[in-house]
Amino acid sequence: MSKNFVDFERPIFELEAKIDALQNVSHENDVNLNEDITRLKEKSRQLTASLFSSLTPHQVLKIARHPDRPYTHDYIQGLFTDFDELQGDRFTSSGSAIIGGIARFDKQPILVIGHQKGRGTKQKIHHNFGMPRPDEYRKALRLFRLAEQFHLPVISFIDTPGAYPGIKAERHNQSQAIANNLKVLSQLRVPIICIVIGEGGSGGALAIGVGDQVLMLQYSVYSVISPEGCAAILWKDATRASEAAQAMAITAPHIKALNLIDDIVPEPLGGAHRDVAQMMQNLKEVLRHKLAQVMHYECDELLNVRYQRLMSYGALQSDVT
Amino acid sequence: MSWLTRLLPSVSSQSEQRKGVPEGVWSKCDACSVTLYRAELARQLHVCPKCGHHHKLSARQRLEYFLDDVNYTEIASTLQTVDWLKFKDSRRYKDRLTAAKQASSENEALIAVKGRLCRLPIVVVAFEFNFIAGSMGAVVGERFVHAVNVCLKEKLPLICFSTSGGARMQEGLVSLMQMAKVSAALAKLTDHHLPFISVLLNPTTGGVSASLAMLGDVIIAEPNALIGFAGPRVIQQTVGEVLPEGFQRSEFLLKHGAIDMIVDRRHLRMRIASIVAKLIRQPEPTDTKTAIN
Repeated sequence: MSKNFVDFERPIFELEAKIDALQNVSHENDVNLNEDITRLKEKSRQLTASLFSSLTPHQVLKIARHPDRPYTHDYIQGLFTDFDELQGDRFTSSGSAIIGGIARFDKQPILVIGHQKGRGTKQKIHHNFGMPRPDEYRKALRLFRLAEQFHLPVISFIDTPGAYPGIKAERHNQSQAIANNLKVLSQLRVPIICIVIGEGGSGGALAIGVGDQVLMLQYSVYSVISPEGCAAILWKDATRASEAAQAMAITAPHIKALNLIDDIVPEPLGGAHRDVAQMMQNLKEVLRHKLAQVMHYECDELLNVRYQRLMSYGALQSDVT
Repeated sequence: MSWLTRLLPSVSSQSEQRKGVPEGVWSKCDACSVTLYRAELARQLHVCPKCGHHHKLSARQRLEYFLDDVNYTEIASTLQTVDWLKFKDSRRYKDRLTAAKQASSENEALIAVKGRLCRLPIVVVAFEFNFIAGSMGAVVGERFVHAVNVCLKEKLPLICFSTSGGARMQEGLVSLMQMAKVSAALAKLTDHHLPFISVLLNPTTGGVSASLAMLGDVIIAEPNALIGFAGPRVIQQTVGEVLPEGFQRSEFLLKHGAIDMIVDRRHLRMRIASIVAKLIRQPEPTDTKTAIN
């Protein structure tokens, strides 16, 4: 196990450290400790299963933000072949909080796009911690148009704390950049599949998150404002994020119950970071199925279904129009 | 009795409640503190004649000032707010809604109507800031879509007066999705070549700014309105430096190309009428209402 763990993972981490130590001893001294190792492994599995059977929304949030959690680039590597990254908004910037390009999924050419958080200080800064600025939404828009031009289905990975709140971002009209993407995506003439892989942070997430199928990984979150932001506004106290996470219903099952997403993709025991290969396998299967489903439609029908889906979000009964 | 004198009693009683100015015929400007004759302030559509400060208007007042008369038809006025999450912070969402209804005398944060502007039939939607900071939940989104649908059906232009803190947290992700919903509806309006005029009032931020408000074919702001995606406090905390003078104000947006024009409230009605008439290729309109100045 990696040395990164979140607070409630500590008991699992300690057990795993023991297992690692035993394996080392066994290997270096050529003694057979298999029985003990197997016993501890089983214990670790049970402990993980028990901890993960009753996660609070705030614990899910921590898993969604886990430093070892696979990021967009890991999914690109794990799911696709022949990836060519395409860069730049063609106006002013080559920002990388959103990355994208063309690749193949089961030989089918696709356009892939997603927020990239970055690992390690240097990468994190390079990718602006996955917090897009207006230029990056406009780069995304350019890639969406490219997909439309060449009839490539779009696969979008969502993983952002939110849009970047900065002076330059406002000067470059962040609001318009997000709004325009929402408008264009609602009519983009190719199938779009969106997958929330970690954090679905507000408008920053939605700006590449309008599609024909919207999926969430089991331990991802999706929210209108970060729980810290919500707590700061409602309780004037950002440390009450745990309560805000609970109140806002940010986890996949809650959001599925509100009919705002289509499906939840199961994660390996202990979360995607504990078995990345298994995670890729799970997602690959779901993606195959979903892609076949959305590619089945004629374009106009696809757009009509997409429109009806958007109109169904929070639909209410009305007596008059 | 003119439309204006009809309005006066309700106007003065509301501003009294808000500002706590003692009963009487005098009022104080929120910005320059000059003492103003209340009737004169109302005649100026609540723009300070001394410093030009635009005082807040309720959505109803806005419609009454903007449209030819109050013979408008409300659109989807019976939609009921749903407490999707059984949300509770320091107060229950349900109680907050009750308080908001009392504070604003409206049942939600957006009013949608079909009315007339210089005799042109139009659809107007206006945000009510006194209803949970004009925040956009499911009713606001749905009512906006209904308004767009009336435009599509009857081939009418749409005018929106935005003033909002953004998405309504108490409705969780349902409120975020309203951004996608209203933007998709506006795409239909574009398809049908129907103009959408977006008017930005003080303040317009967050999810409302980042969806319908910034999608106008023509975008107009009232002077000195705070307009932006992130609030200034959040930005200041993030960047840790003092924000530039006039940051996120109408004049800043105009300078950086985000909006088409800044229009004084007292000229808004005729300016919009003229813009709309040109976009729908109708003759130049003349004012059908008693002149204000």
